[in-house]
Amino acid sequence: MLQYSIRRLLYIIPVLLGVCFIVFFLFNVVATDPAAQQLGKHATASSIVELRKELGLDRSYFVQYLDIVKSAFTFDFGRSWSSHQKISDILMNKAGASLSLTIPAFIISMFLGISLSLFVAFYRGRLIDYATMLICIAMMSISYLVYIIVFQYVLAYEWGLFEVSGYESGFPAFIPYVALPILISVVTSLGPDIRFFRTIMLDEIYQDYVRTARAKGLSEKVILFKHVLRNALVPIITYIIIQLPFLILGALLLESFFDIPGLGGELLRALNSSDFPVIKAFTVLTAIAYMVFSLVTDIFYALADPRIKLQ
Amino acid sequence: MEKEYSLWADAFRRLAKNKIALVSLVIVIVYAAIALLVTFGLLADDWAQEVGPANVAPAADYLLGTDFLGRDVLKKVIYGTQVAMTVGFFSCAIAIPIGVTLGAIAGYFGGIVDDAIVWFYTTFASIPYLMMIIAIAYVMERGLKTMCIVLGVTSWVGLCRLVRGEVIKHRNRDYVQAVTALGGGHSKKIFTHILPNVFHLVIINASLRFQSAIKSEVILSYLGLGVQNVPSWGKMIDDAKQDLMQDRWWQLVGASFAMFLIVLALNILGDALRDALDPKLKGQES
Repeated sequence: MLQYSIRRLLYIIPVLLGVCFIVFFLFNVVATDPAAQQLGKHATASSIVELRKELGLDRSYFVQYLDIVKSAFTFDFGRSWSSHQKISDILMNKAGASLSLTIPAFIISMFLGISLSLFVAFYRGRLIDYATMLICIAMMSISYLVYIIVFQYVLAYEWGLFEVSGYESGFPAFIPYVALPILISVVTSLGPDIRFFRTIMLDEIYQDYVRTARAKGLSEKVILFKHVLRNALVPIITYIIIQLPFLILGALLLESFFDIPGLGGELLRALNSSDFPVIKAFTVLTAIAYMVFSLVTDIFYALADPRIKLQ
Repeated sequence: MEKEYSLWADAFRRLAKNKIALVSLVIVIVYAAIALLVTFGLLADDWAQEVGPANVAPAADYLLGTDFLGRDVLKKVIYGTQVAMTVGFFSCAIAIPIGVTLGAIAGYFGGIVDDAIVWFYTTFASIPYLMMIIAIAYVMERGLKTMCIVLGVTSWVGLCRLVRGEVIKHRNRDYVQAVTALGGGHSKKIFTHILPNVFHLVIINASLRFQSAIKSEVILSYLGLGVQNVPSWGKMIDDAKQDLMQDRWWQLVGASFAMFLIVLALNILGDALRDALDPKLKGQES
């Protein structure tokens, strides 16, 4: 087990090097010269050379690549090109607002998703099951952007039930501002969540141990809540862990529509102002988060389910 | 004795029994036909023309009203169909060959080839999909071509994993050994014998890939990374932010509904294909 964990941990290194290479390739090799872009059409040849030097673009590709690798290990991503603030500070400052939106949204949608999927699994094959699945698929077929636009317009602008946009930091001042974004986030994730959880539950329901439990004379409810749910928890927790890194990234579109000063909004700003170091930092950090959480998932899986052979 | 059917004939029989799936198939075909007609300039070619006053609500003359330049919204929706279907089709046309080839090679050869390919896709998968899309769309010239490439090269990993797993199961089966005994080489074994047996995964995956590409077009358009100078559903939905404030709902409804219908049809078709072709896979997300 320990050996497996260590090997799995070490595997992060080649993958991280690969991620750095993709980032390097996209932003240092393929991208249009950021120096020329920043200076605009009034650039002279000498000013471009100067700025390239300032940005460290005059060094060899290999050194530039090592720079990115180094930043991935030290978490020092340098300074933003537009605000000249340290990127690690920017990220720290903005993370709070993002998490105040994504964490409650995640918890609520997981809770609702699991409860509703247990409900439809209980009534599997009946009309209510089919109807719920059809609603889920229909909800998944509507663009995310449409949900945001319509909910914001109808619930906040027309009916005045929520704040239209804005943010105030500090608990509980932020609650009215994140309530509607949370609602939208929950509504949009219910469809895929219920479908996924229901599949897991149904996979378990047809297992032999359920037949045994039924033969013992246990009631459907006890079987579902005590036996099926407990076994289904392994894939469910895996599914939950693997989504955690994306909470940090924040909800890009929600933040921009509701003017929440979080990481998603920062990313959009960086995107519109060609702030390469910020975009690179986001890409590398989310990749690291993803790798760490998938490592945790794998180890959790191996611990929870002894049937998984460790090679 | 009962008549025997091949996998595909059997799958088609099962699909034909599913009325909702058949309707979905018809919807997909109609959308594809519209997209082709637009491509050859036979339909909605004059979408840019002013047909009447600006911002007219839907009426008999203009079924979906007009936009702020007095252009027919219905024609824009029809033109948008072409953009959506192009994005869906070409992103599949890029993602599927990459995923299938790499997956088959990794699964078949194993060893160091497998390690290299697994490393490659793990690296790709580690960068969140949206970040990757943004990064690539950012460094390339914005437009339809870029969008197809971006969505194609970011969406092959799931299929690659699936094909690799399936090929690993197949490579030591008797029928593959029989080909070896008959003197068949690697490429003959992979392409003429193993791949047809995992091809159903490709079909199922394609229909889900297609609809997710259409949905991504909307997000990319909002971010300003989508098509330029021509209408698309994403741009129309994005425009609706301002429209709604003036109680102009038709552009939003037109584009959203056009998109809803095709995405719903592809989703239902994907599920039905999965049930018909691969009962084992039932419910597994792509």
